[in-house]
Amino acid sequence: MDFISILSIFVMACFVGYYVVWSVTPALHTPLMAVTNAISSVIIVGALIAAAAGSQADGGQAAKWLGLVGVVLASVNIFGGFAVTERMLAMYKKKERK
Amino acid sequence: MGASVDRAPDLVRGPSRVIASGRQFWRWAPAFAGALILPISPALAASGEPVNPWVAAAYLVAGVLFILALRGLSSPETSRAGNRYGMVGMLIAVVTTLVTHSIASLPEIGVAILIGGSIGFITARKIAMTDMPQLVAGFHSLVGMAAVLVGIAAYLNPGAFGILDASGEILTVSRVELGLGVAIGAITFSGSVIAFLKLNGNMSGAPIMLPLRHVINLGVLGAIIGLTAYFAIAPTVGTGAIFWTIVGLSFLIGFLLIIPIGGADMPVVVSMLNSYSGWAAAAMGFTLGNTAMIITGALVGSSGAILSYIMCKAMNRSFISVIAGGFGAESGPSDGAAKIDRPWKRGSAEDAAYMMKQAESVIIIPGYGMAVAQAQHALREMGDMLKEQGVSVKYAIHPVAGRMPGHMNVLLAEANVPYDEVFELEDINSEFAQADVAFIIGANDVVNPAAKTDKGSPIYGMPVFDVEKAKTIFFVKRSMGGVGYAGVDNEVFYMDQTMMLLSDAKKMCEEIVKAL
Repeated sequence: MDFISILSIFVMACFVGYYVVWSVTPALHTPLMAVTNAISSVIIVGALIAAAAGSQADGGQAAKWLGLVGVVLASVNIFGGFAVTERMLAMYKKKERK
Repeated sequence: MGASVDRAPDLVRGPSRVIASGRQFWRWAPAFAGALILPISPALAASGEPVNPWVAAAYLVAGVLFILALRGLSSPETSRAGNRYGMVGMLIAVVTTLVTHSIASLPEIGVAILIGGSIGFITARKIAMTDMPQLVAGFHSLVGMAAVLVGIAAYLNPGAFGILDASGEILTVSRVELGLGVAIGAITFSGSVIAFLKLNGNMSGAPIMLPLRHVINLGVLGAIIGLTAYFAIAPTVGTGAIFWTIVGLSFLIGFLLIIPIGGADMPVVVSMLNSYSGWAAAAMGFTLGNTAMIITGALVGSSGAILSYIMCKAMNRSFISVIAGGFGAESGPSDGAAKIDRPWKRGSAEDAAYMMKQAESVIIIPGYGMAVAQAQHALREMGDMLKEQGVSVKYAIHPVAGRMPGHMNVLLAEANVPYDEVFELEDINSEFAQADVAFIIGANDVVNPAAKTDKGSPIYGMPVFDVEKAKTIFFVKRSMGGVGYAGVDNEVFYMDQTMMLLSDAKKMCEEIVKAL
């Protein structure tokens, strides 16, 4: 993909992010941080590529192990982030008036 | 619950108007964004790149699902569905990556995900809600470290990432992205580790001042930028020393940046690191040309930036002055310590119980002290008993109360306080004039009228609760000795209608409950 198309996606996503985040209610700012934290672990894609590539090239072996460690760290975040968000949101959910 | 959507962006007037007038439009904004980006991907794939259009589309779907995940948080009702969208998005991104790459090491990857996943899941289940700020800081450090590891892996094995040019060197543009991604990731990591240690109490929350820190910080930052530029234009990347120096310096600067920042500025720091973790993911997304990573990075980056802005605004401080650190250390006391022996009234739990039973409306203002004392359950019990007596009970939350954005809301939610009894600063501030009792528990600076009147005060201009308009004020505090984070004496202590309830916040609430 050429640089300028990637850049356009990035810039548009920044604008979408701007408006979406302003509409988040302040009461949910902590879940917002937890969930953004979980989704930023999409960096696991990079770690998977490194780990999957195996050791064809020089440095491939080291890259593979770094990738695997990256996968561990990112999965801690993905599972932890979504689970803790779910837990917090469940508490808000119970708040229906009797 | 249209009300909560309306309330959301109230803190800063500008964008709130935009959203209020265009709410219908923005409800569909994700769809528009999708429609805008969608035609790009197949076109790119057709331009000779070996990218399967369906793969690009799958990553795009993941990105849009992440947008919907954040969009869901506009109200508590839709938030859980939003979280599910996020999970589905992540699943799509991971599965797509695994399916489209020749996997030489699937068992290892499975084990890695299993290990990480169980650690994360168990931590998330076990963690106490009061420890949420350090959990988030800790998670940020992991994202940062993962970004660094991916960056280093890409540097060591560029072929696997498809960032080599014809002559077998890493593309110039990819070198910039790699350099930036690794640098931001490293800053996120070391900064978050310090934030974690401070929030977790392993390290003193007090600012640590190094001599010449501004000079050192600017020098290191300059060196990182200069080296990244040099790394990009260097004829070969064989000179690994540059890359490793960038990595090392970035770890150092993250550490240096956060050390001088004190405990109560942590909401800003945590949001800022949240933002950085997003930018790091985006930089890696550029390297990989991956839409899911870019969209996510941009979302998380703007989210953290907006939260930092909200926090700074709520303290009437500029972002720069927070980051420069050391609040309260150099500003001379405007009133001096001469007020220490002014008269104040001490109340007992029985007094408080009696007065609040008679009251028509009570507004409770929780602060960090409530979190420290874990008083939220006792407080809710007190609120329930008052409600049984026909008293109207409301909770008022300042944007910077606690150690991270929304900290108090989560604690009250944990204690089963209905979220429609919890109000933001701007929505409730006019009600203090009619309130019979303002019950301040563990908060201090956010109720200090000096922010409105004393131009010399370090917190001057910060939006605060008008508690002094309430007929009676109860101020739960451990002792008269301490002042708030800003180190400013609080006029409210000495007012005629104020009664100080000097005790641990939790014990005091329990005693009041007993007296009721």
